Amino acid sequence: MSKLEPPIADVNASYEREPQQPGWSPAGQQHRYNPLVQLTLARIREFVREPEALFWVFVFPVLLAFVLGIAFRNTAPQKLRIAVEDRAAQSGEAGAATGAQDLASRVAQAISSSPGLTGVVLTPAEAATEFRTGKVELVVQVDSAAGSVPNPQSPDGSPHPAGTTGTATNFEYRFDPTRPESTTAKLSVDDALQRAFGRRDVVETRDQTVIEPGARYIDFLIPGLIGLNLMGSGMWGLGFALVQARNRKLLKRLAATPMRRSHFLLSFMISRLVFLSFEVAAVVIFGWAVFGVAVHGSIVTVGIVALIGSLSFAGVGLLVASRPKTIEGVSGMMNLVMLPMWLLSGTFFSYSRFPDFLQPAIKALPLTALNDALRAVMNEGAPLRSIWVGVAVLAAWGLVSFAVALKIFRWQ
Amino acid sequence: MDVKTANPSSPFPRSSNSSDPQVAVRCTGLIKRYADVTAVDGLNLEVELGECFGLLGPNGAGKTTTIEILEGLTPADGGSLEVLGQTWGAGDDHALRQRLGVQLQETQLADKLTVEETIRLFRSFYARGRDVDQVIETVALEEKRRARVGKLSGGQKQRLAVACSLVSDPDLLFLDEPTTGLDPQARLKLWEIVEAFRGGGGTILLTTHYMEEAARLCDRVAIMDHGRVISMGTPAELIRTLGADQIVEFRVNGELDPASLSRLPGVSGSRTRGADYLLSVSDAGAALHALLAEIERLGAKLDALTTHQATLEDVFVSLTGRTLRDE
Repeated sequence: MSKLEPPIADVNASYEREPQQPGWSPAGQQHRYNPLVQLTLARIREFVREPEALFWVFVFPVLLAFVLGIAFRNTAPQKLRIAVEDRAAQSGEAGAATGAQDLASRVAQAISSSPGLTGVVLTPAEAATEFRTGKVELVVQVDSAAGSVPNPQSPDGSPHPAGTTGTATNFEYRFDPTRPESTTAKLSVDDALQRAFGRRDVVETRDQTVIEPGARYIDFLIPGLIGLNLMGSGMWGLGFALVQARNRKLLKRLAATPMRRSHFLLSFMISRLVFLSFEVAAVVIFGWAVFGVAVHGSIVTVGIVALIGSLSFAGVGLLVASRPKTIEGVSGMMNLVMLPMWLLSGTFFSYSRFPDFLQPAIKALPLTALNDALRAVMNEGAPLRSIWVGVAVLAAWGLVSFAVALKIFRWQ
Repeated sequence: MDVKTANPSSPFPRSSNSSDPQVAVRCTGLIKRYADVTAVDGLNLEVELGECFGLLGPNGAGKTTTIEILEGLTPADGGSLEVLGQTWGAGDDHALRQRLGVQLQETQLADKLTVEETIRLFRSFYARGRDVDQVIETVALEEKRRARVGKLSGGQKQRLAVACSLVSDPDLLFLDEPTTGLDPQARLKLWEIVEAFRGGGGTILLTTHYMEEAARLCDRVAIMDHGRVISMGTPAELIRTLGADQIVEFRVNGELDPASLSRLPGVSGSRTRGADYLLSVSDAGAALHALLAEIERLGAKLDALTTHQATLEDVFVSLTGRTLRDE
């Protein structure tokens, strides 16, 4: 029994209350607030007052672009490292050892004289280890009779007439054909050694190197990051807010008002559009200012693609968030939906690396469609009419998700 | 009981198209079943316009399920139901919701919005209603107007929840355990707000498991247990059914026979609770005199004795054998 219980006399007194009181004269209609505007404002306020959300939407993508842009920046092409096995290190014979060592170091020298290659002399054990761990791209084994040391290079640098002793000198290349660098190394090393031992070129060739902006990794990456960011903010933005509101019974409370449910869901869409421009601008401006990534197509087209992409992911986010009651539940589902697209949709590397039979499925994913469309516009300057298929794929995802979400949405 | 007259300057006619103009809520044989339990089991209820009606009962009695059915949030499995002369799902739920104010038991409003923004948001859903500033004043949150909801105390949050339900200037206000978990002062403030609303001619249906809340706020009370109404009337009427004004509670070192205690002059009933004896007493003077004499006659020694005014809690205990907060 509570100590607060009023004496019974008070209970009786409550029946004689004066019919009340100032403050209860019904108000006129001084202000008429628009529910859609108020709901949208509420969404925007909740978002901008959440520092973590601001970080993930605006700072994180820029940081990611910065780190990846630095890591994969185009520098002078790295030299391929080639191991030349020094057999002498294993054989005990002193005289033979010296000769073989001599040969190995001269072969290494011949390799190093070719631009793009560095030859190093390693023991067979070292060479095997470095090859396995990818530190060298190719291992050269030299088979040669002791004493019949070819002199691969004359002092003036021009190729010396072939194998001075006439003894057959065989090179064996150990390389991994599945490693592109390994294959390149094999071709370059072979070329270098053949020339060093006297092969003559039959035609004269000249190299002209061109580094084209727009074909760099960062140019590939920036549109992908925009797509990825639109997916993440669209899905998390809706998913968390909706499930939290459901979990806290706020959805139920709203369902008890005459609020139009379409207004509620629409307010999420509109607030997404408000942030969309900032999200896209943050990454585009960063890419342009720091890495010189240019937008070759129309900014308006980029905006249209981003808009449809954003709405599409808002629809998917709404669908994912239409049932779960807990943040844990929705997080799992979000990751389940987004992780495949992180990997498959060509954000960080081209999806053409995946097998052919997967390609149709990958191209049907909304993030693939968005990334491809953004790249076409930004890197190639494609007009809207040439990317309509991707835009249609995006729109279809958005519309179907939205329609299904409305059907199965749980308010309580 | 005095039925308050409707405020003549109200923007709404306080009773419109009800088949009975005096009835705000009527339900007959209301049933709600969940997989493992029948939460509402043939509930009959009639709330008149202008009254404050309380559903009093322990947790799990079916109060919240009942009120959420009336609010149109949960469909009933059986029985008939009429709210302000309308039924849910009859095609004009939107118009009905315009006339209701709802405070749910567990709702947590958005932490990041301010008090004013929250009330304005709720105001925007209603075609007509009260001015936001006025509502803030009514719930005494002027100083917290620009404070974030997350920073409010429990009592302030609850007053904000009530403000959101008042902003529509509802004809019928539903309050589900409005003061649960609040400290005494916060509870008192909330009671004043509810009283002010009722004083303005509004109708209230509230649930509570605090009998002092029901006693103070409610014109009529329905005591609920296991999904049914087990007793209904004004608080005074219900207490009168005990046949007693006072409850004498005492403890002795020794055995007493409860039946013989009931026969003492001025005593209308007796029961035990643990080691304590409880007597319902209509004439405290005569009863105490006789009780002390009886204890002395039996050679027992009195350890403790208190008396209090009979309350709705005593009514509930006498009806069910349990206290309101047993479970």
